[in-house]
Amino acid sequence: MTTLLEVKNLKAYYQTPAGDDVRAVDGVSLGLSEGEVLGIAGESGCGKTTLAQVLALTVRKPLYIKEGTVWLEGQDALALDQETMRRDILGKTISTVPQGAMNSLNPTLRVRNLAIDVIRDHYPQITRAEAVERARERLELLGLPSRVLDSYPHQLSGGMKQRVITVISTLLNPKLLIVDEPTSALDVSSQKVVIKLLLELLEKEIIRSIVFITHELPLLRHVADRIAIMYAGKLAELGRMEELIFSPKHPYTQGLVGSILSPEPGLREHKVVGIPGRPPDMKRPPPGCRFGERCPERLAICAQEPPAFELQGREVWCWLLQEQVMAR
Amino acid sequence: MELLKILWRSSRFMIGLAIFASVLLFALMGPAFTGTGPFQRVGGLYDSPSAQALLGTDNFGRDVLTQLMYGTRTSLWVGLIAGLIATLIGVIIGTLAGYWPGVIEELLMGFTNILITIPPIVILILLSVAVDDRSATIMGGIIGVTAWPWTARAVRAQISSLRTREHVHIARISGVGSLEMMLVEILPYMFSYIFMAFVLQLTGGILAEATLSMLGLGPFQTVSLGTMLHWSLLWEAMRVGAWWAFVPPTVFLSITSFSLMLMNAGMDEIFNPTLRHTS
Amino acid sequence: MVLATARAGNGSLDGAILAARDLTRVFGAGRHANVAVDRLNFDIKAGETVALIGESGSGKTTTGRMLLGLMPPTGGTVYYRGADLADFRKRHGLKGYWRHVQAVFQDPFASFNNFYSVKRCMMNAYKLFPQKPPPAERLARVREAIAMVGLDVDDMLSKYPHQLSGGQRQRLMIARALVIQPSVLIADEPTSMIDASSRAAILNILLELRQRLGITIIFITHDIGMAYYTSDRLFIMHQGKIVEEGPADEIIRRPQHAYTKRLLADVPTLQREWIL
Repeated sequence: MTTLLEVKNLKAYYQTPAGDDVRAVDGVSLGLSEGEVLGIAGESGCGKTTLAQVLALTVRKPLYIKEGTVWLEGQDALALDQETMRRDILGKTISTVPQGAMNSLNPTLRVRNLAIDVIRDHYPQITRAEAVERARERLELLGLPSRVLDSYPHQLSGGMKQRVITVISTLLNPKLLIVDEPTSALDVSSQKVVIKLLLELLEKEIIRSIVFITHELPLLRHVADRIAIMYAGKLAELGRMEELIFSPKHPYTQGLVGSILSPEPGLREHKVVGIPGRPPDMKRPPPGCRFGERCPERLAICAQEPPAFELQGREVWCWLLQEQVMAR
Repeated sequence: MELLKILWRSSRFMIGLAIFASVLLFALMGPAFTGTGPFQRVGGLYDSPSAQALLGTDNFGRDVLTQLMYGTRTSLWVGLIAGLIATLIGVIIGTLAGYWPGVIEELLMGFTNILITIPPIVILILLSVAVDDRSATIMGGIIGVTAWPWTARAVRAQISSLRTREHVHIARISGVGSLEMMLVEILPYMFSYIFMAFVLQLTGGILAEATLSMLGLGPFQTVSLGTMLHWSLLWEAMRVGAWWAFVPPTVFLSITSFSLMLMNAGMDEIFNPTLRHTS
Repeated sequence: MVLATARAGNGSLDGAILAARDLTRVFGAGRHANVAVDRLNFDIKAGETVALIGESGSGKTTTGRMLLGLMPPTGGTVYYRGADLADFRKRHGLKGYWRHVQAVFQDPFASFNNFYSVKRCMMNAYKLFPQKPPPAERLARVREAIAMVGLDVDDMLSKYPHQLSGGQRQRLMIARALVIQPSVLIADEPTSMIDASSRAAILNILLELRQRLGITIIFITHDIGMAYYTSDRLFIMHQGKIVEEGPADEIIRRPQHAYTKRLLADVPTLQREWIL
């Protein structure tokens, strides 16, 4: 599998009007291969949406890159100028469906205008009619009624809007699709069809890989190949889905998985506990392990920031792993 | 407080405040420096600006600069009274209409809408003519009493949406009564909005006074920016080239309104974070 | 487990603390009339924990509002301890009703008046009491309630809402209800705006209240997992009607109605794989 994306020690901060920095992404390293779905999970304020924005190359003030690199197909993506980025990368190599995208559709225009914009922005030689035709073909290929192109956004249901936006965002067959909370405002049934569409896009090789950002771990259980757990701007654990969900190693991951209320037999048998306390202030993150103050298994050494410990193909940023790794 | 610190950083607000404060200072303190009264004859008909009369004289031979100072005072006073009355009436009616949807809302808003459709200038003229003693304060009252409708509408819309906020439901199921609900639970959320509405009403009041005065319906025996313009029109100051008779009051009207609007824009930025400039 | 059928209007209300008979709410009129709640019938026994489950548009929130007395029904009746709510209102006023039936709402950030302190919000609850206890006792009870929800009393009483997290605020909302000591607590999406790791704590507090004080809890939610974890009985709502009801275990293991089956199949579960 070829590496599509490589992020090294990325730090992306927000500058507040008062002058200090909110350290939203504070040293994240990960990689993404072609053909895989990488899930990035975390709770509110962990920095996952900021990370999504950096990966989608849509960094705008007050967000700025403090440090780090993002290699896209071997190229330094952060060093590109705006014009090259817009012309060659956005929409063609990377495309994104940001959070709340379905509510950002222009209510006075029919949906097909979005498709026309997307195509003609990169290929101005294509006529409007041709652009609409391509969009229609794509919708039909994916089993969606092409009449939605003639509708206004308010005439479509939430699930349909989200699917249409996803299809239009991928009209130029980008290698990587980044989706940020694509289903958070949807009913469970709509949620399922949106996810089904994403997997179909992958299967039909319209896109090659997905970065799926969400706070709902159960979704990733069904969609992701690998999962990265984010906490307070840093990664806690990164590895294959089965390992993280069914045998998590980092205490935070364990707490998150333990908090899942899945309507399945067995849920009522024991008390679900959750994690006490709250995440740290990202303007002044604590020294050492960010999760330390809430961790039930805190050690003395946790006053220092843990490095990534590699264990059977997964990375865990936790001192508890030190012994296990040493023992090998 | 934190709020003042943020306002400090809004360049719009600070510039607007600086300009307005200068105008205010000019109007209140100025006369101490000129030494003349606004009704004092210091020269002839439309004397050009000179060392004795920095902005020349008007058609009655009175010092234009002094007139400007006293005139600004009057205009600001009228604006203040008009602003207070219009905001008060608008807030009361808007709050009642917003809080009690149904019959009360229909009645109040219907009444408000009818008033909006009548050109305010017509009512202003009629009222001004009907009132015997037209002092600056009474003028402020008349303007205020005709300017409240749009404030009422805006306030009603805000209250209507605030009413559905969850803390209002919580207060309700805690047994909080209607009056307390409006005053304690809802209106505090409207402070910034009401203040901004007041500033707009103030501006409108100043300009309305100018309009009425230019039509000769200004306050009796008082000088205001509007009356200055009135006389300059009547005596054709433009035609005889006595620019000092109409340019200064116009400029002052403009910068006063402008500075208030700028302050308002600055406050809007603060109270509405989505409008903030990301620098 | 029984498939819900329209009950005869005079079904016995014995033992039911809260009940609905043909409860209906229609919004708008004529062609644009929207029947949000369509002749609902249910009985909730004292001390039970039930959940009204539905997706958006199912009518569950509207039902909650009617049970709370915040919205009048356009048809049918709500019964509290066998008494018609409309009559109860006439005799004891809504304040009298709210001594017995309280609520916790969805948005912890909007549930507080940001201009006033936590202490004031809590003490406000005493407005419901016709004879207020003396100030010292009022404060003592508030302190006790805050402690019962696992928060630091002195810390909380000295703060303003904006200084607190969503989880802390929601706990304070529960504490506020505790000061009143209602018989019924309606929890409308109490954890949907709270981070997953903090949800369990809040749900466990509510369950503990049921144990210790015998409060009847009615959850209104779209989250079946949460409903299953907390409740004895589930009511599945769809388009204003209850399509299925029964013990939680039964519904989850052996759903009968097509809608329930679909709902359960569409929820992303941990063990069971999705059939996409």
